Amino acid sequence: MASPAPLVAPRAGLAAALEKLLGDDMLAHVFTAGEDSITVRREAIAGVMIALRDNLDYQQLMEIAGVDYPDRPERFDVVYHLLSVTKNHRLRVRVSTDEATPVPTIVPVWPVAGWLEREVFDMYGVLFAGNPDLRRILTDYGFQGHPQRKDFPLTGYIELRYSEEDKRVVYEPVKLAQDFRNFDFLSPWEGADYVLPGDEKAGGTGEAPGKGAPTPMTSKEVKAADDKAKAPPPPTPKTTEKPADTGAGNKVNKAAAKPSKDGAKAKADGESKTPATKKAEKAAPKAKAPAKPRAPRKPKTAKSDGGDA
Amino acid sequence: MTDAPQVKHHGSDMFEGYPVDTANTAGDQAVTNYTINFGPQHPAAHGVLRMVIELDGEINERVDPHVGLLHRGTEKLIEYKTYLQALPYFDRLDYCSPLGMEHSYVLAIEKLLDLEVPARAQYLRTLFAELTRICNHMLNIGSHVMDVGAMTPNLWVFELREDCLNFFERASGARMHSAYFRPGGVHQDVPEKLLVDIGEWCETRLPKLFGDAMSLVIDNRIFKQRNVDIATVSKEDALAWGFSGPMIRGSGIAWDLRKSQPYDAYAAMEFDIPVGTRGDCYDRFRVRVEDVYQSAKIIKQCLRDMPTGPIASLDRKVVPPKRGEMKQSMESLIHHFKLYTEGFHVPAGEVYVATESPKGEFGVYLVSDGTNKPYRCKIRPTAFSHLQAMDMMAKGHMLADTTAIIGAIDVVFGECDR
Repeated sequence: MASPAPLVAPRAGLAAALEKLLGDDMLAHVFTAGEDSITVRREAIAGVMIALRDNLDYQQLMEIAGVDYPDRPERFDVVYHLLSVTKNHRLRVRVSTDEATPVPTIVPVWPVAGWLEREVFDMYGVLFAGNPDLRRILTDYGFQGHPQRKDFPLTGYIELRYSEEDKRVVYEPVKLAQDFRNFDFLSPWEGADYVLPGDEKAGGTGEAPGKGAPTPMTSKEVKAADDKAKAPPPPTPKTTEKPADTGAGNKVNKAAAKPSKDGAKAKADGESKTPATKKAEKAAPKAKAPAKPRAPRKPKTAKSDGGDA
Repeated sequence: MTDAPQVKHHGSDMFEGYPVDTANTAGDQAVTNYTINFGPQHPAAHGVLRMVIELDGEINERVDPHVGLLHRGTEKLIEYKTYLQALPYFDRLDYCSPLGMEHSYVLAIEKLLDLEVPARAQYLRTLFAELTRICNHMLNIGSHVMDVGAMTPNLWVFELREDCLNFFERASGARMHSAYFRPGGVHQDVPEKLLVDIGEWCETRLPKLFGDAMSLVIDNRIFKQRNVDIATVSKEDALAWGFSGPMIRGSGIAWDLRKSQPYDAYAAMEFDIPVGTRGDCYDRFRVRVEDVYQSAKIIKQCLRDMPTGPIASLDRKVVPPKRGEMKQSMESLIHHFKLYTEGFHVPAGEVYVATESPKGEFGVYLVSDGTNKPYRCKIRPTAFSHLQAMDMMAKGHMLADTTAIIGAIDVVFGECDR
């Protein structure tokens, strides 16, 4: 291999030995990138581990990793990494499971599995039947949810800060000053699975959305699309009547509006105006007619495009 | 045996005429255990370790370490970053040996890409990985010694750590979070004078200062009393509890990934693996001390054999071109732009790459789905397994020995909690 990654010689006769040792419990064995990995039946994992430890000399369990594939029926992979210090070889053992089905624990085989299983439970919610101490480990006391799942947002749901009023740390729902920016650099020719902006019309061509250039449309389809575009616009134009419509969000702290103790009293609305403002307001007419709402925009039609079709 | 328990202890006279609660007096059978919190704010906890310790008198009955107080969701963050953007997170895992953390990650990417790395880059990475090992051991040895009561050696070895950080600064521009190793090589070449200075430092200052500091400790009676036969771990236990690095070598198993599964330029290096004989805290300490001398030996070999040539792969689909080149050639400009916005795509697949970090086996399990971001990046920390064995190691020892045991584990919470 060209890359300078750790050199591990392939173990001779491993495939046959695994086949003989595990039999039907082994579902698959692949050898890629110089690494052996096997998939085994979930129910048999404890027995498989004992067999691998005692018969094939994998003395150490180095790691248990969870992986989440939300599209699969059994969405979680639990991946065990074994190491043999006598044969100098690594083996990856994989089982799959879902949210509800527990994986048998391997703590009796390797005591180190205790925390490693706790971590997978904490991060993915995979249950391990028989683990004597299946508590959360890395997240906060009282945390809810399983953060490494793909459907858990990166920002999480709650945040905590020190509250000067309460003199303690308080938990609050996450408020972002700015949306999380996720730049998508995937080119539309390789694997973007959404409709590109401006490509919405191409969705009806039977082509997978966003994949490749859209097939040229037939005249019928063009007409249908145009008719659709001519349909009257939705009746309610966008207005900002309530503060909530502005997108400014709620007031950060209700207490901030209240007068504080140290003398700097927040003045009532009238008092805060300067004399000049008051004068100007008096001069202005009392009731001002509200501005006429703008007429809704006319939809673009094929004709108004300039006839370049 | 008499019917009533006899209260006999030194101060018994002073209780004459007072009702004595014989049931709960020392020397009696009935003393209830009590539970204390060790940390999370304790200098000997090496960060934010909280341990709930159940004590019988001064003897540890049960130790329950609570980790995760420094959990920052590194693995989750990495899934949202390109491969290159995720690299600096590794510096911040074990902030005492940042380059050791980067090493596993760049090797994992290179393995998935099947990317060739020029010899000079491999030697530079080996050199700086070993310098990191010295840097890390200086901190650990110093703080371990200080945890059991000695002040002076810590101050001396911190001088050496400072030297190492200066070397990192001269190579990468940053003292701690260097982000120096990159997929395909290293970020930039080092000045010739730096290599000369590192060589001189290994010859003169390191052995002198480190030797002086260790001469105060190694045969020190108090230090030995605090460490010899504390937390003895057998070979079988070390294997079962997933030990690695100085912890497994301290237990007498000569297992070193640099030797058994050599990466980068380690295959060409000549060095010895120190092992302990009893598996106690003192052995782990001695293994680290000897590791420092072996690292210096590897550094000297790196300096002697380092070839000239490019310091990163010339594959322009992975490694961005030099800035000067970028200003001259349109193609370089395109490559530069694409690599720093979109980043490179890694073929779908999975690898587990582990290197011998200063603290033990530091592994990265990288699952790629063929895009420019890792689908899953599981980090295998060293301290996680070691700390789990805390209950096994500390049981039956005095409370005060707990600090020596933690010191000998060499735990850093940036890495343990991720």
